[in-house]
Amino acid sequence: MSFAQAIGDWQALVVLFVAGVVPNQIWRMLGLWFGGGIDEGSELLVWVRAVATAILAGVIAQIVVEPPGALASVPDVLRYGAAAAGLVAFLLARRSIFAGVVTGEVFMLAGKWWLG
Amino acid sequence: MALPPLDSPQWNSPWLAFGWGLRSITQTILTIVLFVTYLGIGALAHDTHFSLLWALCSTLFVWAGPAQIILITTLGSGATIIQSAIAVTVSAIRLFPMVVSVLPLMRTPTTKRRELVFAAHLTAVTLWVECHRFLPLVPRERRIAFVHGLGCGLVSVCLVANTVGYFLAANLTQTLGAAILLLTPLSFLFSTARNSREVADVVALVLGIFLYPLAAKMSSGVDILVSGVVAGTIAYGVHWWREVRA
Repeated sequence: MSFAQAIGDWQALVVLFVAGVVPNQIWRMLGLWFGGGIDEGSELLVWVRAVATAILAGVIAQIVVEPPGALASVPDVLRYGAAAAGLVAFLLARRSIFAGVVTGEVFMLAGKWWLG
Repeated sequence: MALPPLDSPQWNSPWLAFGWGLRSITQTILTIVLFVTYLGIGALAHDTHFSLLWALCSTLFVWAGPAQIILITTLGSGATIIQSAIAVTVSAIRLFPMVVSVLPLMRTPTTKRRELVFAAHLTAVTLWVECHRFLPLVPRERRIAFVHGLGCGLVSVCLVANTVGYFLAANLTQTLGAAILLLTPLSFLFSTARNSREVADVVALVLGIFLYPLAAKMSSGVDILVSGVVAGTIAYGVHWWREVRA
């Protein structure tokens, strides 16, 4: 990788600022500004949190269903199987993130090796 | 490592407090979870053709894993800037209640708002969780410095992880590259599941996963938003229905 590739183009950094930095900092600064008056348990915030969780869930699904880059070389059944195996381990190990991640990875790698 | 008692001279200067905050990153399993997550984000940035500088800037200036994943995934799959910005804005709303609830832990009667700007920037789910754990052990007038140290430590770990993940994705065999990329959905799936305390959170997570492939069939360009708003609203409905019956 060359130096120029590591830096990339400035347009991409502008996109990062507009679509990434501003949308996040707005909420943090609003929180700083209007801190006192908001009830954390208000109904609006419950809905907002549910939608935010569901958007993140959609992105998780997108990476598994329409995988980017090298992950596309892994057959469907192994990607779905890895997520399912990880979930079982996560639940059995009393909600251990680590057990889930390690089991999912081992499932995928073992499957790749077994399928050749 | 245990933090010194509240009346110890170890808390006499803000710099010492910054140092204790920095060292506290070794006291939490979440540091490893963050490392793994940001390893995945670095690899994802590489495989969706973003530069290393871009990935590092996103960690420094966005500093919210889910937002970074949404940004990289949507832009990488051809969404417009506006579509990505909307998805990221909605995902970032959860920072608002976090900032609202965490800043009062650091405030003293004389604290000025501008002294809290950097702490507000550092606020994301990991720091929020750790503040509730560590800050009761820190003298109130040193808490801002402590949080600055803790936050800077976590950001540094993630910048290293990004760089390592980026180079691994560039140089590893296809299978190991795939394994690094798989870290992202797995770590987010299980950390979100772990943070889901209420029924609405669980329903939103499960429905959000299964509705996305359906929404994607419409190819509207805003698939993530469609499935997110529908699944989230149904989850809220379940929450509301349980409240009414209770």
